[in-house]
Amino acid sequence: MKTYLNLIGAAILITLWGCGNNGGSDKKGAMSNAKAAEKVYVAPGEYDEFYAFMSGGFSGQLSVYGLPSGRLLKVIPVFSQDAEKGYGYNEETIPMLNTSYGFVPWDDAHHPELSQTDGVPDGRWIFINGNNTPRIARIDLTTFETTEIVEIPNSGGNHSSPFITENSEYVVAGTRFSVPFPQKDVAISSYKENFKGSISYIRADEPGKMDVAFQILVPGFDYDLAHSGKGKSHGWTFFTTYNSEESYTLKEVNASQNDKDFIAAVNWKKAEEYLAQGKAKEMPADYMHNYYDEETHMATSTKKKSVKVLIPSECPGMIYYLPTPKSPHGVDVDPTGEYIVGNGKLSADLTVHSFDKMIKAIENEAFDTEIDGIPVLKFEDVVIGTVQSGGLGPLHTEFDGKGNAYTTFFISSEVVKWKLGTWEVIDRAPCYYSVGHLMIPGGDSRKPWGKYLVALNKITKDRYLPTGPEMNHSAQLYDISGEKMELLLDFPTIGEPHYAQAIAADVVMKNSKKIYPIEHNKHPHAIKKESEAKVVREGNVVRIYMTSIRSHFNPDNIEGIKVGDKVYFHLTNLEQDWDTPHGLSVMGARNAELLVMPGQTETLLWEPQRPGIYPFYCTDFCSALHQEMQGYIRVSEAGANVPIKWSLGED
Amino acid sequence: MQKLSKVLMLVGSLLLLLLFVTPLWRITLEAPQYPGGITMYIWINKITGDTPYTLQNINILNHYVGMQYIEPDSIPELKYFPYVIVAMVIFGVVTSLTGKRKLMLTWVLVMAALGALGLYDFYLWEYDYGHNLDPNAPIKVPGMAYQPPVIGSKMLLNFNAISYPYWGGLFLGLSMLMAATAFFIGKKKESKKEEKAVHKHSFATQG
Repeated sequence: MKTYLNLIGAAILITLWGCGNNGGSDKKGAMSNAKAAEKVYVAPGEYDEFYAFMSGGFSGQLSVYGLPSGRLLKVIPVFSQDAEKGYGYNEETIPMLNTSYGFVPWDDAHHPELSQTDGVPDGRWIFINGNNTPRIARIDLTTFETTEIVEIPNSGGNHSSPFITENSEYVVAGTRFSVPFPQKDVAISSYKENFKGSISYIRADEPGKMDVAFQILVPGFDYDLAHSGKGKSHGWTFFTTYNSEESYTLKEVNASQNDKDFIAAVNWKKAEEYLAQGKAKEMPADYMHNYYDEETHMATSTKKKSVKVLIPSECPGMIYYLPTPKSPHGVDVDPTGEYIVGNGKLSADLTVHSFDKMIKAIENEAFDTEIDGIPVLKFEDVVIGTVQSGGLGPLHTEFDGKGNAYTTFFISSEVVKWKLGTWEVIDRAPCYYSVGHLMIPGGDSRKPWGKYLVALNKITKDRYLPTGPEMNHSAQLYDISGEKMELLLDFPTIGEPHYAQAIAADVVMKNSKKIYPIEHNKHPHAIKKESEAKVVREGNVVRIYMTSIRSHFNPDNIEGIKVGDKVYFHLTNLEQDWDTPHGLSVMGARNAELLVMPGQTETLLWEPQRPGIYPFYCTDFCSALHQEMQGYIRVSEAGANVPIKWSLGED
Repeated sequence: MQKLSKVLMLVGSLLLLLLFVTPLWRITLEAPQYPGGITMYIWINKITGDTPYTLQNINILNHYVGMQYIEPDSIPELKYFPYVIVAMVIFGVVTSLTGKRKLMLTWVLVMAALGALGLYDFYLWEYDYGHNLDPNAPIKVPGMAYQPPVIGSKMLLNFNAISYPYWGGLFLGLSMLMAATAFFIGKKKESKKEEKAVHKHSFATQG
């Protein structure tokens, strides 16, 4: 009997041990937990080594994480309203979301791209594209705020963007959906006749001056991703295309028929020459440029009316097509600028083109054919290698700067490490699950920090505690400092990161601002002292010039407001200390709160609907007396005779 | 040696001009939520902080416990101290030119007296700021005063107030030290001279 019990005990032990094992490293794919934990542990008060910027996809925003900890540092509102920060709700930032269609409160934010100097991320700005209503935004990395958005005309969806040039001369845009150029009312079935693609170059090196420098009219394919050349290939940009079939329905089948699609190689220096020669056609266009001025703390929108268009048949040498197998997604240029990797997403293999071979083929003019004036080079004249990956569905490749490349495979759900030049596969690591893009800090630049790799997975399923049908997407951090990739960490991300960038923390953090100096505040409704607080009526517009400082608003008692008034709270935060924002919210206001940084002025519009007493208060815990930071507004009937009155601290 | 004494006196008194370049005293307030602390500098003619906004930030903190605002414009000492210092520099330079030990001693004693008075005045201001509190302050801690130390550190509620001389204070001390040294080495020289004179005299009488 005793022996029998012992046996049962042993069986239970074995079962438990087995379970533990299953729940541990084997199933989840991590290396020894303790070792991995040590590598991602950032002690309290210590800083991460890298800033990582991950696009929010359908959230329209950009989130900032620390690496290797995977800690969320900030969500930067870009293309979507953000009630938390008042972005797109306060009067100052509403113009940021203006488009030729009017105010658009959302977009699909895809590809962040850091500004570069000599092909190396310099930490000044990060750009990101909006795919749905075609736009590109600039985020200033001294404030981590969106400061500029330009709309892209003649585009049906801005996907292959922003993919900056080596010295931040341009960010680029290629239309994902071809549409009539310029837009017109035609039968969809007239696709081949009427639909065109566009490739745009947008001036990026000067804040406030983003503008479409020129567009290139291209065949009606789908333009997918891009990368600008570097080093010897500086001056060129490479765009992947699919749907070279030019189908317009059931694209999942009809756009996947051709054995090879193309990588479009654009010589933008040549395009600049044609532009200087006046070869561009000035075409009417309708697009917006929005710029947020850091000193007025206000965004303004400017309507643009025309755009310069270059036609390939009139500009020889400006653009070529490189045949590339199976609907290539990512096109990635290695740190030397020589290898152009086409990630044929419906194939098993990667195609690597050589920049030198391409130049030689162009010099020899041995073209296969020509499409709308664009010479198609011969595949064998440009290809230099094929990576026989053993995986399926390659999407995106980045580099570690040590001669290795890392490619995501969506269908086989893995990252494959391979060697540039020999094209041999060195290592492979599974992803949980179905990885889309990956990111190595600086991994698409001339000088990658080849220490970590982040896989941006599309499918989450059982990786975290379940949160109902909708789950955050999952990122995974790998250590790539050794020969083998080692999975260190899982962390959930916001929205759907399609792409990411990372940069050494010290490049960025030293420039990070702590406050806006109040003496530089040029907001037309700013007040610099509490004694300047006032309430002014102009017809049915009432302007409240209000200040905040710990722990009161001035004024905090306001009377004489009437139903039907448009009340503007111009709140200037007089604080000049780090991390002392004040919020402002009013009962019944139908927009959002204000969240005003030290030295900044923001404006909340409130249209009171009913007479009564309305409290307002500070929403961002500011001090020991934060709860007391509140006030009252009296709202009277529309025709009432209550005079405008304001005060603070008077009984 | 008398030349050295004169030079010391000259350099010592000119050192005082550095008080217009660097602060006399530094007070730092440390608390967990203020990494790096908040630092206030007391000059001969002004009060500054580690940022242009430090005084505003200290005043915001002070208002919770009802301390008065620190407004440099309302502190008369900051207006006339500079004249006193300039006067002492001129006095020192003249002293150095004459090389008179008596004047040197006077200079040192006047300077020491002024320094002591200055410190006492500093203490009185601190006492006033620390004790003269608004009875309507939001935070009232019975028996609590917020006077920072003249030298050393002291916990004031959640803040550790640390007060020490800064470069200006050190230069002021050095200045007095140099003037005192000038006085002492000047003395040795003079007495040696007297000895020599006596020697000569005796030779003369013997001869």
